[in-house]
Amino acid sequence: MFPRQFEYVAPASLDEALSALASTPGAKVMSGGQSLIPMMKLRLFSPGTVIDIGRIDGLADIVEKDDHISIGALVRHNQTASDPTVAAHAKALSQAAGWTGDHQVRNRGTTCGAMAHADVAADQPAAAIALGATMMARSSSGQREIAASDFFVDALTSALSEDEILVELRVPKASNGSRSAYDKLGRRGGHTDYAVAGIAAWVNVGDDGSVTDARIGVTGVGTRPTLAEAAAASLIGTDGGEESIRAAAGLVTDGITVIEDLYGSVEYKTHLAQVFTERALQQALAG
Amino acid sequence: MQVSMTVNGRTRTADVEARTLLVHYLREQLNLTGTHVGCETSYCGACTVLVDGKATKSCTVLAVQAEGADVTTVEGLANGELHPVQEGFWERHGLQCGFCTPGMIMSAVALLNENDNPSEDEIRHGIEGNLCRCTGYHNIVRSIEYAAATMRGEDPPASQWKDES
Repeated sequence: MFPRQFEYVAPASLDEALSALASTPGAKVMSGGQSLIPMMKLRLFSPGTVIDIGRIDGLADIVEKDDHISIGALVRHNQTASDPTVAAHAKALSQAAGWTGDHQVRNRGTTCGAMAHADVAADQPAAAIALGATMMARSSSGQREIAASDFFVDALTSALSEDEILVELRVPKASNGSRSAYDKLGRRGGHTDYAVAGIAAWVNVGDDGSVTDARIGVTGVGTRPTLAEAAAASLIGTDGGEESIRAAAGLVTDGITVIEDLYGSVEYKTHLAQVFTERALQQALAG
Repeated sequence: MQVSMTVNGRTRTADVEARTLLVHYLREQLNLTGTHVGCETSYCGACTVLVDGKATKSCTVLAVQAEGADVTTVEGLANGELHPVQEGFWERHGLQCGFCTPGMIMSAVALLNENDNPSEDEIRHGIEGNLCRCTGYHNIVRSIEYAAATMRGEDPPASQWKDES
């Protein structure tokens, strides 16, 4: 099993890649290729040109900045998962990266690639929206910022234009009272494989122990990674105790169209989303 | 397209189509058929090789992506005598049908390169990307424990079977 024929270009610089992308209709950007190559082998997708950004220098670093952590386009899942700065400031992303795919996939697949691929059941997008991350999209005409919560448009569809490359993910650094967690049920049980249901929780806790802000990212159950706004809003102002966690969990699929698939019915996936909302919130609130 | 890489210590250069997968390049052009093609959908791990020291599913990498890389296949492990992981699979019956074995061995080698004293749990998670269709995981874990001990210069854990030392 192998893909249909395609043109392969491996630019040495970002500018070269952007100009190739702008001038080649239907070209597809590849970073690690761990989602793209299987789709091409199954011939679900047959781009005429593949632009491999894997040889571009300067995109493979995680850099701590004043107010955010910068994750470059070629940072692998295993790099995100094992980076101490990411773990300290964005635990949910660290956990989600560590439970993406399997060990071999994490050695090659990239965090930004998982964002741009926008799978409905991918782990790291849920963390990105819960953490309030920002996507840096670059084209030959410049760079723009896209809020993670606006980035996931539909199944396998991101807000990137055809001539844009996701060059960087910016994750806000944690302040004193903020922390996060991700938990999921994987399709092969435990944390393995795509999420049947996955929840990323981010909370900010005030000095008196009350929840001053919260965001909950949901993946696996609907048509795209989505913020559960009603659930997060219900938590704000509470003491973050068992009762308020349960109340928030009960609202987690409000406004989300839960999709039945091979991995579960609407009822089952709704139930799982609630269970994992409780677990992710408990972990986040426990710090 | 021309592609050049180091495979098991030898520089290899060849013309390939862009769509040629690394596993097909290894098997069909270099005749290194130790690396197996299993599921073809990035699940089973039978095609696992080391690319620049990292366990990689060679069915999910284009040969051209490996340009300039250092690739190790199962054929590159033995150096006059079996690699400790190969010896472990021999000594602790880590294979039944043998189909997953090359990939299991390469994942185990990558795991032990990063962690020379893994717990059973770490071993099981370390081979999460490799499926055994015989469900022979128990002995595979014992095999990797054997290899880990040997590589640390220690005596391997005693066999669970009475008739063996």
